[in-house]
This record gives sequence, structure tokens and C-alpha cells, in this order.
Amino acid sequence: MLTRRNFLATAAAFPTVSYLSLNAAMADTPNDILVVAQQLDNMTTLDPHVSFEAVGSEICGNMYQNLVKPSLENADEVLPEVAESWEASEDSKTFTFKIAQGQIFASGGALTAEDCAWSLQRVVSLNKSPAFIITQFGFTPENVVERIRATDAQTLVITTEEPTAIGFLLYCLSANIGSVVEKAVVEAEAVDGDWGTAWLDKNSAGSGAFTLQVWRPSDTISLNVNPNGGYDGSLQRVILRHIIDPSTQQLMLAKGDIDIARNLTTQQIESLADNADVDLIRKKQASLMLVSMNAANETLSNPKIWEAVKWAIDYDSIQKNILSGTHDVHQSIIPEGLPGAVNEVFFTQDIEKAKALLAEAGYPDGFTITFDHYSAQPYPDVAQAIQSDLAKVGIKAELISGENRQVLTKMRAREHQMILSAWGTDYFDPNANADVFCINYDNSEDAATKPFAWRSSFKDDKITEMAVAARDERDPKKRIELYVELQKYYAHNSPFAIMMQKTTTAACRKNVTGVELAPLPDGNSYAETTKA
Amino acid sequence: MIPKLKSFGSMLSSVLVTLLGLAIVTFMIGRVMPVDPVLAAVGDNAPESVVLQARADMGLDDPLIVQFWHYLVQLAHGDFGRSVLTHNEVASDIAHYFPATMELATVALILAAVIGVPLGIWAAVRQGSITDQVIRVLCLTGHSVPVFVLALVGLLIFYVFLDIVPGPGRQDIIYEGMIPSVTGFLTIDTILAGDAGAFWDAVHHMALPVCILSYFSMAYITRMTRAFMLGALKGEYIVAARAKGLSLWAVVLGHAFPNVAVQLITVLALTYAGLLEGAVVTETVFAWPGLGQYLTNSLMNGDMNPVVGTTLLIGCVYVGLNLLADLLYRVFDPRVK
Repeated sequence: MLTRRNFLATAAAFPTVSYLSLNAAMADTPNDILVVAQQLDNMTTLDPHVSFEAVGSEICGNMYQNLVKPSLENADEVLPEVAESWEASEDSKTFTFKIAQGQIFASGGALTAEDCAWSLQRVVSLNKSPAFIITQFGFTPENVVERIRATDAQTLVITTEEPTAIGFLLYCLSANIGSVVEKAVVEAEAVDGDWGTAWLDKNSAGSGAFTLQVWRPSDTISLNVNPNGGYDGSLQRVILRHIIDPSTQQLMLAKGDIDIARNLTTQQIESLADNADVDLIRKKQASLMLVSMNAANETLSNPKIWEAVKWAIDYDSIQKNILSGTHDVHQSIIPEGLPGAVNEVFFTQDIEKAKALLAEAGYPDGFTITFDHYSAQPYPDVAQAIQSDLAKVGIKAELISGENRQVLTKMRAREHQMILSAWGTDYFDPNANADVFCINYDNSEDAATKPFAWRSSFKDDKITEMAVAARDERDPKKRIELYVELQKYYAHNSPFAIMMQKTTTAACRKNVTGVELAPLPDGNSYAETTKA
Repeated sequence: MIPKLKSFGSMLSSVLVTLLGLAIVTFMIGRVMPVDPVLAAVGDNAPESVVLQARADMGLDDPLIVQFWHYLVQLAHGDFGRSVLTHNEVASDIAHYFPATMELATVALILAAVIGVPLGIWAAVRQGSITDQVIRVLCLTGHSVPVFVLALVGLLIFYVFLDIVPGPGRQDIIYEGMIPSVTGFLTIDTILAGDAGAFWDAVHHMALPVCILSYFSMAYITRMTRAFMLGALKGEYIVAARAKGLSLWAVVLGHAFPNVAVQLITVLALTYAGLLEGAVVTETVFAWPGLGQYLTNSLMNGDMNPVVGTTLLIGCVYVGLNLLADLLYRVFDPRVK
């Protein structure tokens, strides 16, 4: 008879799997492999002439070089990379670059002016999302072969449509879209006139510190050191693993299973501040968090209301209580770290002033408005804080939470009233943001260009004029002055309450050094990274 | 023979109708969703000309019905289209992500059934005893605590403090890129590659997520088994069998259990189907590149080809498991024969 006792005895006799005995000794990651935990979704390509997302740009930045690169120490300076020198013609329309001798691609092929010219021709002909950074100088698929050409192996000549400030051109060439790819390799992979995009999507042909070994979407990106790329640290490979959950990233960092965690939250960063095993590398990113007010809405078209909202928000308290590890207060359209940025604080909370402005605008008792925001943290917390600030002056904001793409879709269709969102800068020149925030020639539904200002139906001819004048100014010093003036004017005369600038943090194990972060993601680099 | 063919034919057509309905509903939901699919393709900062071009290239300018027709024609050719996000064929993406999910789900289900069914029987036989109470509390916990809490607490205890399981992911970093993907099932691929170290590494990495998933499923299986068994044990034939002098376990296993086995097949099939959909939360915490993450990420970005493709696959899984359950009924239930 089967009693409880012999039931238990039988059960115990079953072979039980002991993980303890099977478990191999777990050590830290090998010294020649850098393991990074990062959110790697929302990345569609690793072709530098197509890629237009933060993570993709960062990976491309590690695999490719440009003619020039911005200086991270001094934002007003441009450093040579593939080009060793450059000069502008009298009329500021022809720019000649001398390509340094003896540079080679990962494949071993020589890097010449022809590769540089072909790369830019490829950008213009493909005309993908980021191509406007280059095509805004008047290049079209028809004229580009003539206007961007190599006159010999070491000389690249670029001719722009209009007289151009050389600084503006150089900064644009320093963006990810200006990456130099190896003509011979990419051309050999071209199918049906696709300029090799299908291949370059998941392969690399550059001269940067690393080459692409494999990219498995939403899983792993593996980079090998480029033997010709001048890297001289301890690494052989960099493996980026798609770890979505920040808590998981933190656990793995604590255990030493990863060397760097890239997506920690404010609370996690704070908890690591005193950790002896972890270094926090921090850098302000060219990414702004802001409130946009749709000027198509009658109430929100009133400049006094714009001002009232800006005076009502308690920026400091939001930064300290919700965003201390990830954002700093920043209120002008050009982010800190970029040339010409104004870091002045224009608004602090002043309830009386905001109330007075509301009364002047004809809304002494406030009004009711809808307020969209992203559903991912920290946006809901920030939106709630703004909601309670606005309530203090009588503005009743009804919060509408949505997935990132959903909120953007609504905003792009101009169906919002007030919205809390973010804007990332495209390239390292003040015009990058001034262009989208200020220059709007056509506010109609079927406008040919729909800049960020258009999305909130904001068109101000004076601001457009100021931004164009600054963009086209050829004297570098004067150009910066014009941008400073523009930002100060803009802060008080636009329906955008710029609130915060993002700070990114790479939490690194102590034995990892030389991780470099930059204001733009394509500048985030492992080229100097080494493990002890 | 003819009636059999007929019933097979009608079954096949009902399956096709089900899948077609699924495709229509999913496609339409995708197109009326307030997310612009172009955003995923070109990004938020792209200039208007690029946006318009991409919209035309993706066929989004056509009327909905035309778009759907194009999609159906494509499907009929066995082409699920490409994912905007990964630039891969949806079929090849699924071939990459589904095995990861299936590997977890299969082991988790086996574990859950092997532990859950006996526990349920035991609890039913000892109804009201302390054993029964303990098992019920265990099940209630498994079913009511959110999986991500279980997963994170599991990681904290077994990975961080006790150090007896490896961290999140499917394999250790030293094996990264070493195992050629043949079947997509890492355990099988490592055996094919003849790498014992990599095989055990893969098994280790599965241990904790499998335990979490199977605990969750076991809770349900145990509860259902207990309920079915309680019903069966009330039967007069049980009393009769006991009165004839058969031992308790002979009666329970020989007479009562066969009667609940048929119902249990349905429970197990549904649980397995649920697991095969991919557990987004578990996959997220354990950084497991499975179907759940793929589906969710595509959905968030309005990337509809993968969403419809994955939904059809899940539809097929349900239909397939239903058929399998039907077949098993014939084996276990003499009345169906």
C-alpha cells in the first residue's frame, strides 16, 4: 500500500537537478571584451547614411570617421579627422579639403578623397532621413557629382549653392551622415541601384576604431577592434547586449556580468553615487524636454498665456525631486555643449506674475486645457508636477498619457493642445535646433516643410528672419552673437517652455576607463576605452 | 475514407477562415491605431519630403482595402513582408525569436505539469488537511504575485545573493557568436555544435526563467487538477472500488485520475499556448530575445508586418494545439473512439 511515507520516498528518489553542482565558476567578463548593457530597440539600420536614431548613430560613430569632428572640450572648435586641413574660397562657396596621406580602411584599402566624395554623393542620392543635413547646401542627385568631387587622391572640393559659413558646413560634415565609407567595398555590394544599403545595414566598411561583427536586432551588437583603426587599448571586442529593464542592468553591473550599464534611472544613479566599484561617467546630451503649446488653439495663441505658463512652472523643484540624476534645468533652444548655447535661466516659478499675466490675457480664473505626455517615466511624474503648478494659477490641465509614437503622431497632426515631449538635436551646429524651432515659412496644412515649430502652428516672421540671418552669417564671432540674441528673444516670444536638458550616464565598473560621452550620440565613443 | 476526407476538408477550411479573420482584424487594428507607421521607418526628425516618400513607398497612401488586398496577395505567396524596425523578413525574424520562446515554454510546461498534476491530486486526496492548505497557498501565491516581481526577486536571491544561477540572457558572453544558429533552439544548437560547455551554459541560463514561468503555470495546473479530482473522487464508483478493498492510491490513480486526464489535456494545451505567445514581462526582466518582446516592440512602433505575422503564428499555435488536444482525447477517452 502506498502511504504518505513511501510516496515521499519515491519522490525523493527521482533524480533532482542540482544547479549548484553544474554551475561553472562565474568570473568577471574577460579583459579583452567590453560588455555593455543598453536598450537597443528602436534601431533600424547601421548604415551611417541612413541611420537617424540615437543608438544607431552611436554605433556608427564607433565604426566610421568623418572629414572633421567637433571638439568636446571647446564647442567652437572643429578638429581634423580624415581631412588634415581645409580652406574656403573668397566667395565662401567653394571649400577645399586636404585628405591626410596614409589612412586605411578596416579592409586594408587606402582612404582617398574619392571615398570621401563618393560617400557624400551616396548621401545625396539616397536622400534618407538625415540627408537634409548635407542637402541643405544645395546638393541634388543631379548636381552632386559635379559639386562634390575629388580632384586628386588627396583633395576634395565641395561647392555650395549659396555663400556658406564654413563653421556651419564643417559641423554638418561632422555629423554621422558625413561618415566616410569605403567606395570599392560598398559599391561591390550594391544591388538594383540601392547603393549597397541592404548590405551596409548589417555590415561595416569604415575606418573607425571598430568593425561590425554582427547585429541581431533587439538582441546583440558585436563589434571587433579594427586592426587598422589605431585602437591601442586592451579590448578585442565590444559586445552590446539588449537589456531593456534598468533593474536588470543594475543587477548585472553589481555582479560584474557587464562592464557598463547605459540606461539606469535617476534613483539607481543616486544609489550608485557612493559605490566604490562603479564610476559614473556623465555628459549633458543635446536633448531637451519641453512643453509645447499649440498656437492653433485660441487660448494658447496668446503670448501672455505662453508667458504665464512659463512663470507658473517650478523648474527647480521638478529637477530636484524627479530628474536629479538625468536632467538639468535648461531654458533656451540651443542645448549646453553646442556652440552658441545660452545657459541663462529665464524663468523661475512666480505664481503672482503668472496670475497677473493670465488676468491681462483675459483669463483671470484660468482655463481648462488637455496636456499630452509620453507614458514612459519620467514623463508622467513631470506632467503631474506641471499639472499641479498650473493648478496654482488656475489652469486646469487634463493629462493624456500615450505611447511615445502615439503622442508624436498626434503632435505631428497638430491635434494636441499642450504637450510634454522631447527634442533631440540632429547635428553639432546652433542651426540644427534654430532651424526647426524658428524657421517656418508656411503654416498651412500641406506645407512643404513641417519643422518642429509648424507642429505647434507657430510662425513668427521676425524669429524666422533672425534665425536665417544667424545661419548665414559668415563671421564666426558675429554668428554666435546672433544666436545668443535669438535665444534670448525666443525664450519670451514663443509657445515653447523649454524646461530641461538631458544628462546621460554610463555606469562603468572601476576597471573600465576611457569611455567618452558627447552631447550628440554619434560622439559617444569606446575608441579610448580599456580594461585593467 | 470519404467521410474522413470530408471532415478533414471542413476542418482545414475552418482553420483557414479562422486565420483569415485573425489577419483581417489584426491588420485593421494596426491601420486604425493612432500611431503613424512612417515614424518607425524614418524617425521623428526626418524632413517632410522624406516622410511623404516613405509613406508612398510603404503603400500607406492607398485606400485601406487596397492595402489589405496587397497584403493578402503577399501572404498567399507565403511572404509576411519585412519589418520596418529590423529590416529583416518577418519570417526570418520569427524564426529567430520564436525558438527562444518555445524553448522556455516547452521546458516550463513539462516542469509545471510534472509537479503541478501530482500536487493537485495530492491536495484533492487530502482535502482540508494541512497539506491541502499549504498547496493552496503556494498556488495562490504563484498565480497572484505579478511575474515581474517573482522574476526580479528570483534574480535577487538566486543570481545576486546565492550566486547559483547565471544572469539574464540566453548564454554567457564567452559563447557569444561561437554557436552557429541551426535550429534557433540554443540547447539543440549547442549539441549540434558538439560544445558541452555551451550546452550546460544554455541550460543554466534557462533555469531561472523556466522556474518562474513554470511556477506561474503550475499554480494554475495544480488548482485545476485539484478541482477536477475533487469532482471525480465524489463518484460512486470510487466508493465502490474502495469498498472492494483497493488501496487508496490504486483507486485514485487507477480509477479517478483517468477520468480527469481528459479535462487536464485541455488545461495543459491552453497553458502551453499561453506560454508560446511569449511572456513579455519575463522576457524583459531576463533579457530573453523572444516573441513577446518582438511583438510588443513592433506594436509600439506601429510596425504592422511583424504584428500580423506574429499574430498569425500565435493563431496557428492555438489551432494546432486544439487539434492535438482533440487527437489526445481519442487516446484517453474511450467514448470518443
